Amino acid sequence: MLLTSLIVIPLLGAAAALAMPSERLRPWLLPPVAFIHLALVLAVIAAPAVSTGAAMLELDGLGRLVLLVVSLLFAVSSLYAVGYFHNHPDWTNRTFVTCLLIFLSAMTVAAAARHLGLLWVAVEATTVASAPMIYFNHNRYSIEATWKYLLFCSVGIALAMLGILFLAYAGLHGGATEQSLQLDFLLQQAPLLSKPWLRVAFVFLLVGFGTKMGLAPLHTWKPDAYGEAPGLAGALMSGGLTSVAFLAVLRVVQIVKGAGEAELANQCLLGLGLTSLFIAAVFVIRQRDIKRMLAYSSVEHMGILAIGVAVGGLATYGALFHVMNNALAKGSLFMSAGNIHRYFGSKKMCETQGAINVLPWSASLFLIGFLAVTGSPPFGAFLSEFTILRGIFGSGHNVLGLAFIAFLTVIFIGMSHTVVTVALGPPLEQAPSAEPQVGEGFLTVLGPLVLLGLVLLLGFYLPEPLRRLLTEAAALLEVQT
Amino acid sequence: MNDPTTTILFVVILLNFFLLGTSRLGACIRVVAAQGALLSILPPLVHGVSPHSLLLAAVALALKGGTIPWLLFRAIRQVKIRREMEPRIGYIATLLLGALTTAGAFIFAERLPLLPEHLHSLFIPASLATMAVGFLLLITRRKAITQVLGYLVFENGIFIFGILLAEAMPLMVEAGVLLDMLVAIFVMGIVMNHINREFSSLDTENLCLLKE
Amino acid sequence: MLGSLFMHLLVVLTLSPLLAGIIARVKAKVGGRQGQPLLQLYWDLAKLFRKRMVISSTTTWLFRAGPVVGIAVPLLASLLLPFGPLAAPLSFSGDLILFVYLMGLARFFTILAALDTGSSFEGMGSAREATFSILVEPTIFVIFIVLARLSGDFSLNGMFVPVKAGFNTPAGIAMSLAILCLFIVMLAENCRIPFDDPNTHLELTMIHEVMVLDHSGPDLGLILYGAAMKLLLFAALIANLLRPATGNLLLDTGAFLVLLLLLAVLVGLVESAMARLRMIRVPQLLIGTSLLSFFALILLLR
Repeated sequence: MLLTSLIVIPLLGAAAALAMPSERLRPWLLPPVAFIHLALVLAVIAAPAVSTGAAMLELDGLGRLVLLVVSLLFAVSSLYAVGYFHNHPDWTNRTFVTCLLIFLSAMTVAAAARHLGLLWVAVEATTVASAPMIYFNHNRYSIEATWKYLLFCSVGIALAMLGILFLAYAGLHGGATEQSLQLDFLLQQAPLLSKPWLRVAFVFLLVGFGTKMGLAPLHTWKPDAYGEAPGLAGALMSGGLTSVAFLAVLRVVQIVKGAGEAELANQCLLGLGLTSLFIAAVFVIRQRDIKRMLAYSSVEHMGILAIGVAVGGLATYGALFHVMNNALAKGSLFMSAGNIHRYFGSKKMCETQGAINVLPWSASLFLIGFLAVTGSPPFGAFLSEFTILRGIFGSGHNVLGLAFIAFLTVIFIGMSHTVVTVALGPPLEQAPSAEPQVGEGFLTVLGPLVLLGLVLLLGFYLPEPLRRLLTEAAALLEVQT
Repeated sequence: MNDPTTTILFVVILLNFFLLGTSRLGACIRVVAAQGALLSILPPLVHGVSPHSLLLAAVALALKGGTIPWLLFRAIRQVKIRREMEPRIGYIATLLLGALTTAGAFIFAERLPLLPEHLHSLFIPASLATMAVGFLLLITRRKAITQVLGYLVFENGIFIFGILLAEAMPLMVEAGVLLDMLVAIFVMGIVMNHINREFSSLDTENLCLLKE
Repeated sequence: MLGSLFMHLLVVLTLSPLLAGIIARVKAKVGGRQGQPLLQLYWDLAKLFRKRMVISSTTTWLFRAGPVVGIAVPLLASLLLPFGPLAAPLSFSGDLILFVYLMGLARFFTILAALDTGSSFEGMGSAREATFSILVEPTIFVIFIVLARLSGDFSLNGMFVPVKAGFNTPAGIAMSLAILCLFIVMLAENCRIPFDDPNTHLELTMIHEVMVLDHSGPDLGLILYGAAMKLLLFAALIANLLRPATGNLLLDTGAFLVLLLLLAVLVGLVESAMARLRMIRVPQLLIGTSLLSFFALILLLR
């Protein structure tokens, strides 16, 4: 019941947003919906898990974790959105606000889906709902980004659909009497699945959902989409959507591990993860565009998550914890980057230098957010990355561990040049843009500030319920024999 | 073996060839619509007449054979284009590639570990061949609309495979899949319209501003 | 043996001009005209054979050889084919290759004769004819392989038997594809619309007709006669596959002959309904046809 309302309330909000005539009042719809959603999510998570074993929608540990992340991020973003649109009363925001709420609903469904088909439907719905958000600026660049995003993700997701069908065929070929793509059913039947079909299914599903997640080399839409989308959409996509896609990948990994093919899953994830780190390291160096830089950082973090899950054990726990840290830190960064972008009318490094002189809050938040996202102490990301590293070294993958550290260092150095120049560099003589400059408002600063505060808090103190949730979620990913 | 599905699947494969060989967009859209409509008859034929299969057929027919083609026709009317000029690879070359991939699909399907009842049916090769043709269209054509058509053909290929497994998919999910597709095409149609407005053409070659 | 030889020659010699007459008549009727008499080609041939020839002084014996080969080859090829229930007088395993190459031989001599005149138009027509025939040939071979595979026999006599496969089976589909391809091949080989227009009067767009512009009198008659026979042969190939097999000799022969005439009507209808293809589209259609036949083969081989 609670779960249904979690899905329906944002949809009702979307309908209201669509119907509301006033451009000024419409963004104010977002915070109530978002906070009701957050409160309900907390209530759901606090309630003990009951597994009926055959439901279409149900929250297990992994689902709860991702849903919590998404809801939290969305709640903070809703405040930011109010401030954002308050600064630009002349922009029409009907499509954007409506899509935001549908997006939230779709992500909720994806987090709670216990049927692979339903999961697919929800993930594809997020693609469709987020495309208009990328196109918000209505110019040549954003249309190109939108087209690439739509086509890449739709085709990628279609491949995932094929993977799902292959999985069903694996059941049929394995001799199961009953047919279903229900997750509990599949997990229970996993050892019976026909191995060749299962392997093919895994590869297709990994490619499909990996495209959505943005693992290299399937990440090519990411810099374009994140670069052209408004900071708000970037925050929700890099923090929320990627977590949801990661969850979809984890669901598949669960099944494959249950079928005794953990080795294949781990190697594929490891390969994609290392490629992501490598690509991110190469492209982040001398990256002049701050939003594209953040997109590559997102590729990097997806790689970290994949590696963490591939190594297993302690690293899995670290990876799940990292989902949370990455989402919050990335959300904060995209919001402060959005503020900088709006003020200077540019997202090029050379045109936004010395932002701290004009935007003291946003620029310092951008700088601190960079430290948080690259895993510097005392932020939560440091703890989670450190846990993953401990897991890697603890399981004897010394070379992998060293490569991991090397990539992270290169990415840190690469990003630092751009970030420090933007935040602290010598200010430009004159304003480069003729547009009226939009300074920072209370709400547009509050958003990133709260998110950064949360990441900082996670670095010092992990609440007991959250720790239990993480342990529970990590246990789901272990091989059950 | 002697059942109408063989003929239907065979016509579907022939339509693939037609798609690869023609440059008229209107004809392409009609062919994709015909293909979708033909495929929508398959579930009742394969699984027998039941509420599930009939409903699936009705939804698939309405969307694949009706609404989506209508949306696409509206899109090309708005942007006023009739033909796909200068594909990246010529028509005869793509036709030959299509024939090769179709042959490959047939040979490959022989080697897959299949259930005995699927061993000699046309379903698996037809599905693989249709997906391959969809991909070919996606890769070799420049116009945004033909890329969308390629995506649709690819989806049709997946649909053929999915018919074999209809028991595993509840109706709600199947309907959701089709609905998602519809909305995706709708959004793509809007984006196409905007591409046309920005660049005065639907050529995706214009979309090359964003790069490192 | 001698009886069936006689019967075959009789059918080919007497019936072939009738098919051309039917096609012309159907086109006229569809176009709303009265049209020429059904037996017009017979009168034309009789007239041509009474006339004297004009032969260009630049030509050699090759020019004369073209029409002779042009009539000898269809007569020879007809002996390899069954005509309905009448088995082929000359049949051996692998004669399908001989059949295809006899057709090639006729074309070769027609082209040589055309080139022998030294006219630029005829050279152009020869180039086109050669190109298109190259594109048609794989289709014919693949169809023959399909039919051989279906019947398990490598002689035309054993291959061209009535279809037994049910329609919805892969074999039935392959067969219907083969028949479709044969029909297209018939149109292409006999220079009908949409590949070529036998009635065209514009040299630039001609293919086959331009090659025989310099022939006159009995030579032209031989060429026309040979072309009519070739059409009959291809129609017979298709009619063999489509005809019913009741076992009654008279009934089967009747059905076969009726099918031949119906095919001529169909050609007439196609010619009335379609326009001639642009020259650059012709290879596309021919390649498409060979892909279709190839696809029929794949259906069978799996």
